[in-house]
Amino acid sequence: MPHVPGTQETAVKLVGVNKWYGKFQVLRNLNLSVARGERIVVCGPSGSGKSTMIRCINGLEEHQEGRILVDGTELTDDGKIGDAIRREVGMVFQHFNLFPHLTILENCTLAPMKVRGLSKAEAEEVAMHYLTRVRIPDQAGKYPGALSGGQQQRVAIARALCMKPKIMLFDEPTSALDPEMVKEVLDTMVGLAGDGMTMLCVTHEMGFARQVADRVIFMDKGEIVEEAPPAEFFDNPKNERSRQFLAQILH
Amino acid sequence: MRQFTDWQITTLLLDAAVWTVVLSLIAFVGGALLGLVVTVMRVSGKKPLERLSAGFIAAVQSIPLLMLIFLCFFGPAVVGVEISPWVAAATALILFAAAFLAEIWRSSIQAVPRGQWEAGKALGLRFLQVFRDIVAPQALRLAVPPTVGFSVQVVKGTALTSIIGFVELTKAGTMLNNVTFRPFFVFAVVALVYFALCYPLSYASRLLERRLASR
Ligand SMILES: Nc1ncnc2c1ncn2[C@@H]1O[C@H](COP(=O)(O)OP(=O)(O)OP(=O)(O)O)[C@@H](O)[C@H]1O
Ligand SMILES: [Mg+2]
Repeated sequence: MPHVPGTQETAVKLVGVNKWYGKFQVLRNLNLSVARGERIVVCGPSGSGKSTMIRCINGLEEHQEGRILVDGTELTDDGKIGDAIRREVGMVFQHFNLFPHLTILENCTLAPMKVRGLSKAEAEEVAMHYLTRVRIPDQAGKYPGALSGGQQQRVAIARALCMKPKIMLFDEPTSALDPEMVKEVLDTMVGLAGDGMTMLCVTHEMGFARQVADRVIFMDKGEIVEEAPPAEFFDNPKNERSRQFLAQILH
Repeated sequence: MRQFTDWQITTLLLDAAVWTVVLSLIAFVGGALLGLVVTVMRVSGKKPLERLSAGFIAAVQSIPLLMLIFLCFFGPAVVGVEISPWVAAATALILFAAAFLAEIWRSSIQAVPRGQWEAGKALGLRFLQVFRDIVAPQALRLAVPPTVGFSVQVVKGTALTSIIGFVELTKAGTMLNNVTFRPFFVFAVVALVYFALCYPLSYASRLLERRLASR
C-alpha cells in the first residue's frame, strides 16, 4: 500500500536502535512504538540517554543501527528526508531556544513562512491563534529577552505548534524554570494532550505523568528498562532500577 | 633631477591614492564574497567542505602577504599566462581578505549558541535558511567591529603590491622619491594619506564595538 502521510496508525517506531558516541554506547537496542494520539512520558536518571533518544527521533542526532520511522517514513541520513520529518515533528527544548533577534510574533511566523510558504498575514493569524492558546497574545511584539522563563517556554510551544506538527517532542521543558512557573507550562501541555496531540515528553514531573501519560518509559544506561501505564509504574514498579529511581525522586 | 613643488608632489600622491582606495575596495568586497562562501563551508558540518575551507584559511594565513602577491604574479607565468600586476594584486588581496574574514566570521558564528541551530533545524528549516535567518543576524552583531577593523589591514596590505609594479600610493611615493630625492617629505605625505584612510576605519570599529556592546 502506498504511504499516505497522516494516515499511519503508528506515529513513531523505533526498531533495534543503537547509538554510540565514539566507543561509548548511549542507546542500546531501543524498541518503541508510539500510536497516533498516544502520550508518552520518558524518565530516568541523568545520562541515561533520554535526550539522545528524543533527539534521534527528529534527526537532530544520528543513530548508527536500527530503524526509526516517523509517521511511516524512515529517517535516513538523507538530509531532505530529515527536513521533511522535522516539518511534522515539533520540539520543545529545556532552554527554550527562542530566537533573541526576532520578536515573539516573528519567532512564530518564521518557519511557517519559510517552510510552509504561508504569507505573512496567514502566518501571523496562525501565530496569534497559538499565542492566544498559550495565553500570551499581548506579548507578541516583544523580544524574548523581555519575557519570563515560563512565558518564553510557552512561546516555544506556540512556535512549534504554528507548524501544525503531528507529533510533539519535549525535552525537560520545565526543568530550567523557577518553581512558580512550572505549572503554567505544564497546564499548556495538559491542554495540548487534551487535543489529542501525539506527545513524547522527557520529564520528571510525576503529577503531569500521572495526569496525561498513557505510558511511562523508564530508561537507564541507554536502555528502556520498564514500560508501563503511570499508575502501575509509580505504584508498583517491576524493575529494581525503576524502584531505586522512584525512591530518589520521590525522596 | 626634476623640480616639483610640495603641492605637485602632494597632488600626484593623492592621485595615486585613488588606486589604493580602488584596490582596497575590490579586495574587501571580493574578499567578503569569497569569505562568505568559505565561512559557510567552514560551518556546514560537511567534513570535506570543512577541511577544504580550513585548509584554505590555514594556507593563506601562514604565508606572508608579500609571498601571496608574488605567487599570484609569477605563478600564472609558469603555465605561460601573462598577468598584469593589477590582476595579480587584486587576486592576492582578495584571497588574503577572504581567509581572514572567514576566520573572523567563523568565530562570530560559533559564538551563537548551538541551541539556535537546533531550534531552527527542529522547525524544519534547511541549513541555509537557519544560517541566513537565525544564525547570521546574531553573528553579524559580533562580527561587525572586527570586520571593520580588518579593513585597515587590507588598506595597508595594498602597499605591498607596489613591489610587483602596481602603481598605488606607495609605488608613487617611491617613484617620486627617485626623481625628487626628498624621501622624508615624500614618505611623510604618503604616511599621512594612509593615516587619513585608516584612522576613520579603526575609529569606526571601536565606536561600533562600544555601540553594539552596550545594547
Ligand atoms: N555530543 C556528545 N558527545 C559525547 N557524549 C555525549 C554527547 N551527548 C551526550 N553524551 C553522553 O551520552 C549520555 C546520554 O546523554 P543524554 O543527554 O541523552 O542523557 P539524559 O538522559 O538526557 O540526561 P539528563 O537527565 O542529564 O538530561 C551521557 O552520558 C552523556 O554524557
Ligand atoms: Mg537530557
